[in-house]
Amino acid sequence: MTTPRRVVITGMEVLAPGGIGTKNFWSLLSEGRTATRGITFFDPTPFRSRVAAEIDFDPYEHGLSPQEVRRMDRAGQFAVVASRGAVADSGLELAGLDPYRVGVTVGSAVGATMGLDEEYRVVSDGGRLDLVDHEYAAPHLYNHLVPSSFAAEVAWAVGAEGPSTVVSTGCTSGIDSVGYAVELIREGSADVMIAGSSDAPISPITMACFDAIKATTNRYDEPETASRPFDNSRNGFVLGEGTAFFVLEELESAVKRGAHIYAEIAGYATRSNAYHMTGLRPDGAEMAEAIRVALDEARMNGDEIDYINAHGSGTKQNDRHETAAVKRILGDHAYRTPMSSIKSMVGHSLGAIGSIEIAASALAMEYNVVPPTANLHTPDPECDLDYVPLTARDRKTDAVLSVGSGFGGFQSAVVLARPERKLA
Amino acid sequence: MTSSVVVTGLGVASPNGLGIQDYWAATVGGKSGIGRITRFDPSSYPAKLAGEVPGFVAEDLLPSRLLPQTDRVTRLALVAADWALADAGITPAELPEFDMGVVTASAAGGFEFGQGELQALWSKGSQYVSAYQSFAWFYAVNSGQISIRNGMKGPSGVVVSDQAGGLDAVAQARRQIRKGTSLIVSGAIDASVCPWGWVAQLASDRLSTSEEPTRAYLPFDREAAGYVPGEGGAILIMEDAEAARARGARIYGEVSGYGSTIDPKAGSGRPPGLRKAIELALADAGVAPGDVDVVFADAAADPELDRQEAEALNAVFGTRGVAVTAPKTMTGRLYSGAAPLDLAAAFLAIKDGVIPPTVHIDPAAEYDLDLVLGEPRTAEVRTALVVARGYGGFNSAVVVRAAA
Repeated sequence: MTTPRRVVITGMEVLAPGGIGTKNFWSLLSEGRTATRGITFFDPTPFRSRVAAEIDFDPYEHGLSPQEVRRMDRAGQFAVVASRGAVADSGLELAGLDPYRVGVTVGSAVGATMGLDEEYRVVSDGGRLDLVDHEYAAPHLYNHLVPSSFAAEVAWAVGAEGPSTVVSTGCTSGIDSVGYAVELIREGSADVMIAGSSDAPISPITMACFDAIKATTNRYDEPETASRPFDNSRNGFVLGEGTAFFVLEELESAVKRGAHIYAEIAGYATRSNAYHMTGLRPDGAEMAEAIRVALDEARMNGDEIDYINAHGSGTKQNDRHETAAVKRILGDHAYRTPMSSIKSMVGHSLGAIGSIEIAASALAMEYNVVPPTANLHTPDPECDLDYVPLTARDRKTDAVLSVGSGFGGFQSAVVLARPERKLA
Repeated sequence: MTSSVVVTGLGVASPNGLGIQDYWAATVGGKSGIGRITRFDPSSYPAKLAGEVPGFVAEDLLPSRLLPQTDRVTRLALVAADWALADAGITPAELPEFDMGVVTASAAGGFEFGQGELQALWSKGSQYVSAYQSFAWFYAVNSGQISIRNGMKGPSGVVVSDQAGGLDAVAQARRQIRKGTSLIVSGAIDASVCPWGWVAQLASDRLSTSEEPTRAYLPFDREAAGYVPGEGGAILIMEDAEAARARGARIYGEVSGYGSTIDPKAGSGRPPGLRKAIELALADAGVAPGDVDVVFADAAADPELDRQEAEALNAVFGTRGVAVTAPKTMTGRLYSGAAPLDLAAAFLAIKDGVIPPTVHIDPAAEYDLDLVLGEPRTAEVRTALVVARGYGGFNSAVVVRAAA
């Protein structure tokens, strides 16, 4: 039996609220600053939740052409900018590779929601027409209908011609997109994957649908401290937007070309709770199973994990659910392991956040610093782990577990580690 | 040695037949399900034909509590999954829950549900938006709902690659079985035959504007001028071959090979990627072109895309080197549901020794394809290739074979 191919991150780029570019993103996290604010994209007064984590993004500043801007939804624009940035960061000359060996995965929970919301409003004339009017439709509306357009745009932007798709598993899309790409490299279907995720959901229809189930916080009088995962006063998540992309390579070829390696994606798994489209059972059994399998794939024990990057959305059911899940697998080690939620700072960007959190995890290893959970003053008594309140912490970080949980019942876990570690 | 993955159950919802029996009888018989749209008044739109799934009464087939929270696409998918599991002789409650997963494709999610909620938002106000909107429209809805209905906690997923997605889902399902999960429910059902979905599809400029159901969708015909969209697809029960044999399952055949590429950006000077995807699928299956008995074509009905597909097939198989068919001429293009339905047709062709026909077309001679026209062709089918392409240049191919 041959040794399975191993997959490492050799390039990354992040566009997150409060931090465009990996460097600015890490400054925000390591300084414990928050990027949540009162919504500016539209008038939020009719909504229960009026706070979000928005990016101040000018596509032209990031090299997109007017026609690219016209044909892509904001989330697609994010993806193209971040994927180009990740390739530049990797130093990999894609033009020198067989393009069929380079693929693309883009995670996205809600695709071109922002564009669809705007276009619907026009073709329906403000919701007046049942038979919406095609003569008022944008010429590129089909790209919004089927968000695989994001994967095509990224492939064209970087010159990839290998297996390419959008992975859309709700709020775990950002982990699952990377996991899918890792599996393609491992099995030999690709040598390099441009993998990441993007969502730009801050639009009236998204605010309305989360209002309807009170999933988002109504703490709009204090927008900067509105996202409070694990705090006793938390009452819902803060919607965000953003993207992170990675260049994933097979380990040996990355080493051979002298690439900078951020981390190995050592293990990944996803499981479903088969319970409820939005609800979670408090025992966390299915997320625990995903963690167990991801560790097993990484050939690691739970006590080798130095940092847990939490899903930490800031809903009561989530915070308790994942606390239980982590304890089920890590046991006593869970109490000794820092576990923080960057959603306290950058909000919850649905399908994008999983990749953004993988970036945060890789940067924690890069700098040996664990980002904090901002706004955490009084933990929920049922959440009794070390959630790294308020300030970042120096910590030798050689292995990270990042978890995600989403509508549809999806529970995903990914393990990042140093490739030079001894394999059990 | 990677383990073999087989298909043991099929659930079909097609415009020309609901359920395998009706679908296959119609398909072999050349009966089309394309007609004037009935689900809304299409008179004001330039395209007026679609393939609508007939006679589907969700109220008779699903618990009433599921109806307010599901789009038509999800109701069809849940029922097709029920039928596929029954066809496979599987009772999910009897199997270990982490040993079953759901991997489907989607193109547009629950788009009709989304139209209703967008209308509520913009005409009445945000407080009128349904509590179900947060998940009823999104792309992950079918995988999520199928996993819940059947208690499946194993690896699940959702891919979106337009019409190629159905094959990508099946490949991802095979990957999960090879990694150790015994059973995956895969395939896809799509439906966006609603005014909002229609307007979005019209924007592609690829829909046929013919009003004559037998002259509207004419792939490989000199008069090809766009396609007719449809709704539906197929759900497949995929299992580890050894596990399936151990339980004495009836096996339709094996999912033997997969290849996938994306076309380069227009103007790059590089060739389209379809040929490469087909070659990768054949290599993955370990079969030579000469082993393939039939190709289920993508059949875009766009002159340039038809030419590209014919060139790819002729380059791989030789001129008129393999039987080619496009039963989707009887259903319209079903987006991510199309290729799983073609896989179902391929397995049924293997089972019955008959290749279903391509209907309505008079093929242009320059394509030089051996198209199965008008009447079904009797043939021993051991190996079939299914090809699917998606808007934006997605190319996927899957090889299926008779059970060893």
